[in-house]
Amino acid sequence: MNAETRDVLINSAYIITSIMFVIGLKMLGRQSTARQGNILSGVGMLVAIVVTLLDRQVVDFTWISVGLAVGTVIGLACARVIKMTSVPEMVALLNGFGGLASLLVGAAEYLRIRGGTVAPEHPVFTLTVIALTILIGGITFTGSMYAFAKLAGWLSGRAVIFRGQHLSNGILVALTGLSGVVYVAAATPEVKLLAGALFTVLSLVIGWTLVMPIGGGDMPVVISMLNSLSGVAACAAGFVIGNNVLVVAGCLVGTSGVILTNIMCKAMNRSLANVMFSGFGAAPAQGGSETADGQSLGEARPISPGDTFAVLEAARQVVIIPGYGMAVSQAQHVVRELGHVLESNGAEVRVAIHPVAGRMPGHMNVLLAEASVPYEQLVEMDAINPIMPTMDVAIVIGANDVVNPAATRDKASPIYGMPIINAHEARTVICLKRGKGAGFSGLENQLFVMPNSRMLYGDAKGTLQSVIAEFKGLETA
Amino acid sequence: MDLILLFFIFTLAGFLGFELIAKVPSQLHTPLMSGSNAISGITIVGALIVGGADDGSWVTSVLGTVAVALATINVVGGYAVTDRMLVMFKKKGSSKAGNGGAS
Repeated sequence: MNAETRDVLINSAYIITSIMFVIGLKMLGRQSTARQGNILSGVGMLVAIVVTLLDRQVVDFTWISVGLAVGTVIGLACARVIKMTSVPEMVALLNGFGGLASLLVGAAEYLRIRGGTVAPEHPVFTLTVIALTILIGGITFTGSMYAFAKLAGWLSGRAVIFRGQHLSNGILVALTGLSGVVYVAAATPEVKLLAGALFTVLSLVIGWTLVMPIGGGDMPVVISMLNSLSGVAACAAGFVIGNNVLVVAGCLVGTSGVILTNIMCKAMNRSLANVMFSGFGAAPAQGGSETADGQSLGEARPISPGDTFAVLEAARQVVIIPGYGMAVSQAQHVVRELGHVLESNGAEVRVAIHPVAGRMPGHMNVLLAEASVPYEQLVEMDAINPIMPTMDVAIVIGANDVVNPAATRDKASPIYGMPIINAHEARTVICLKRGKGAGFSGLENQLFVMPNSRMLYGDAKGTLQSVIAEFKGLETA
Repeated sequence: MDLILLFFIFTLAGFLGFELIAKVPSQLHTPLMSGSNAISGITIVGALIVGGADDGSWVTSVLGTVAVALATINVVGGYAVTDRMLVMFKKKGSSKAGNGGAS
C-alpha cells in the first residue's frame, strides 16, 4: 500500500469515527437509546485508534503499546471500583487526564519542531496553536485536579478568597500572555524554549487559581465547564498536528459542554461570569438565619426518628427531596425502601429533583437509578412546586441551597433569584442533616428555622433506617 | 488551504455540537457528560502519532507515552463508567413493564 492510499484510508476511517461520535451523542440524549449511543461512540473511538496505528508517522510501537496497556488497565479498574456517589470525582479526574494528554501532545510537537523532525508549513500558526493547546490543556488539568480534590473532600469545598486576588490573577494572566508571545515570536531557540516552559507552568497555575474562588455548591457548573475545555484542548491539539478527527470530536465536546454549562447556570439563575468570579460561598455569615429586615426567624427544632415516624405515618402525600447529603451517606437505597414502606402505608410518594442537586448535572438521577427508585416517582422542580402546598410532608435529605427559601425572598442573599424547590410550602418539612452548621456552599439555610420545619440530625442512612424499622414494627404488630 | 479546511470543519462541528445537545432530559445529564468526556479522549490519536514517531529523541517518546497512557485512561474509564450508569437506567426502566423507554 503506498503512502497516498494509506492516507485516504486513514482519513476515511476518521470520517466514520466522526459520524459515530455524532450519532452516538445524539443517541445519548434519549433514555431508550443512550446505552447503544455510548457503545457506538466507543466503537468509533476504537476505529480511530486502530487506523492511527497505520499512520506512516507511527513507526515505533513499543512505547505506545505500554501506554495503551497501562491506560486500559487503570481506566477499567477505576470504572469498575468507583462508587456511583463518586461519579463527579471520577469525571473530574478523567477530564484532567484528557487535558494533560493534550498539553503533552502540544509540548511534544513543539520539541519535534525544535529538533527538526517536523517542519510545519505555517510556523507562526502552528506555534500559536501549540501555545493554545498548552494553555487550555493546562487549565483543564489543574482545574480538574482542584475540582477533584474538593469533591473528594481532600480540600475544603469552601471558596478561597484573599485580598488582591483579582490583581494577582490579572498579573498572572498578563505574564502568561507575555511569555506566550515571547515563545511564539522569539528567534533564539534557547529563549523560545525557556519562554515556552514558563508559559506551560503559568498555564497550570491559572487552572488552579481559576477554580480556587469557586465554592463547592457551584461544582456542577465547574465540572461542565472543564468538560467543555477538555474538548477545546483536544480540538486545539487537532490544529497542531493537522488532524480532522481531533478537530471535529474536540469541537463537538467543546460546544456540547457549553450547552450543559449554560443549563446549569440557568438552573441557578446566575451568569457564568458570576459563578467564576464572585467568590460565592466564601463568607458564611451572608444571608444567615435572619430575614432582610434583620429579624431572626428563630431556632431550628430537632425531631427524633420516633416522632418522624409518627408524622410520616399520618401523611398521605409525601415528597422526598434529595441532595448531595444523600450521596455522602450512601442513603439512596434506604430512600427507595422508605418510599416503599410509605406506599404500603397508603401514602403517595414523589421524589423531587432539582437540576443542580448534587455535585454534577443529573447526579441524583444516577444514584436513584442505582437504587432502582421507580421512575414514575421522580418529578422535576417545575412539576412539584405548584402542588407543594398539598404535600403533607416534605423530607429533605441532605439538600441545602436548592430548598433555601432565601432564594425567593431575601434580596441580600447571594442565592437570591435562584429557582428552588419550595419545600417550605409543604405542611411539615423534615430536614435530614448530619449536624448543625452551614452546608457545602457555606450558606445558612432559612428553611431549617421555619415554624413548620423539624431537623432530624444524624447520618441520613442511619436515621432513615430507624424510621423504616418503626414502620416494619407497625406491619408485624 | 489545509488550514482553511480545518477551520471550515471546526465551524461546522461547533454548530453541530450546539444542535445535538439541546433538549436532553436532565436525568441524562451525567451520562451525557461522562460520555462526551470520553470522546474528548480523542486526543489519544495525537498522542499515538507523537509517541509512535521515531525522532531519535527520548524526551518526545516519554511525553508521547505518558500522553497515550493518560488519554487511554480517559477513553477507557470514560466509556466504561458511562456504560455502568446507563445499565442502571435500563434496569430501572425494564423493572416496570411497559415503561422501559422513551421519555
